[in-house]
Amino acid sequence: MDNSDLLAKILECVEFGKVNKDAPFPPNMKGQDGADELTKLALERGIKPSEILNDALIKAMEIVGQKFSDKKIFVPQMLISAKAMNASMAHLKPYFQSGEVKRKGKFIIGTVAGDLHDIGKNLVAMIVEGAGWEVIDLGVDVNSQKFIQSIKENNSEAVGLSALLTTTMQNMKSIAQEIKAQCPSVKLIIGGAPVTEQFKIEIGADGYARDPQGAVSYLNSLVA
Amino acid sequence: MNTIANQIAQGRILVSDGAWGTFLQQKGLGAGQCPELWNLERPGEVLEIAQSYILAGADMIETNSFGGNSFKLASYGLSDKVYEINKAASQISRRAAGADRYVLGSMGPTGKIIMTGEVTYESLFEAFRQQAVALQDGGADALVIETMSDIDEAKAAISAAADGTKCEIICTMTFEKTDEHAYHTMMGVTPAQMTEELVCSGAAVIGANCGNGIRDMIGIVKEIRSVNKTIPVLIHANAGAPVYRDGQTVFPESAEQMAEFIGELIDAGANIIGGCCGTTPEHIKRIAEIVKSRNIT
Repeated sequence: MDNSDLLAKILECVEFGKVNKDAPFPPNMKGQDGADELTKLALERGIKPSEILNDALIKAMEIVGQKFSDKKIFVPQMLISAKAMNASMAHLKPYFQSGEVKRKGKFIIGTVAGDLHDIGKNLVAMIVEGAGWEVIDLGVDVNSQKFIQSIKENNSEAVGLSALLTTTMQNMKSIAQEIKAQCPSVKLIIGGAPVTEQFKIEIGADGYARDPQGAVSYLNSLVA
Repeated sequence: MNTIANQIAQGRILVSDGAWGTFLQQKGLGAGQCPELWNLERPGEVLEIAQSYILAGADMIETNSFGGNSFKLASYGLSDKVYEINKAASQISRRAAGADRYVLGSMGPTGKIIMTGEVTYESLFEAFRQQAVALQDGGADALVIETMSDIDEAKAAISAAADGTKCEIICTMTFEKTDEHAYHTMMGVTPAQMTEELVCSGAAVIGANCGNGIRDMIGIVKEIRSVNKTIPVLIHANAGAPVYRDGQTVFPESAEQMAEFIGELIDAGANIIGGCCGTTPEHIKRIAEIVKSRNIT
């Protein structure tokens, strides 16, 4: 296997959710090395961490995000792909910390105050991380103060607000206004089942994404 | 009282109730408040909702316990109140139902996903069992496990309900139209797969709830019937897909608009029809009128 085959294999492992050699899923890759072993091997062979990130992980997660957006795959397949991505990413962490590999920027995400739903928010966080961003996940029931504090501490480029309920969606408005007042340069993107493009305009947010891949497209447009 | 499944087997179409969550919001339930806590703190208003659906002609009434499992209640610091809250939920609906209508104890999802490793099948089973027992103790005739996306969570709830209670078990999942002719839950389950797996698990009635309105439900029922001709099917449709208008979320389908599709839904093979988000006693009244005329002919 030459280096480009190896990168293609890592891509395949992430796309189909092959975490490591012991992982039983997907059945047709049983017994084969997974994202974990192959990433380690790639680094040992001297493949640059940035190549692994760009040519395997980011490409794989883009395919995954697109398939999810097209409703060709569903939440379980996305979760298992994210798990494989994380197994690979764990080997790259030291290079992020040393600054050898740069990510696209920092993205803060949270489910707004009053809302305790985290599945959608977590999926967005996974896909955005897989697109090469550093993701800071503030969890659920996040008020404007927590968002603002994190934006300032991390000097982040963008912040994402999530809501599942039509009631808590109303809280997005006040949170968005306070963030905009305190952190005028941060880009604010919203999403969640009841949220719409029209609502984005109404509350003065910068972006709306109907699915995780939409969030990636918006964020990437900021750094393009 | 005859079981629900027996009534269906005798050829009757039954009417279920309409929305609870959106109704509670109209009565002042705010964002971030626990809807189920109203069973203890504002039981009179919960009773009014139940009574309004009985008056509209429903044969069965749910309970205000959708988020009454220990996982959901824990986020409000109420995990030690599971029994109290669920028992009260059934007692309130029983008061509205009287002796000759069914009380369906509502059990919604936990919001946790087994495959992420955040919970185990066993811990879901325990949580659902605890809730099911309390609902039965408060007087529920049946349990309706609803808005499910994950087949394993649905099965955990069915097994737990069967283990802990003698209630009739209903289980409905929430589907989205994913292309011209296909429906999937968020976790990728199709109506056909649901039917095969849930019937094996011991559900007496299966079906679909929530979603994007009644038209989709016709296709979902057809798919269920393509793999099983006899299992009783319950449909709780939203009053259309939610739209955001003037600072408020509205479910756009009127009682009349929804009523137009009830005949077709029954023809497709639905046996019990009620509503989900955005439906009101007015919607249920119209459904009951149509069902009544179908039961006579």
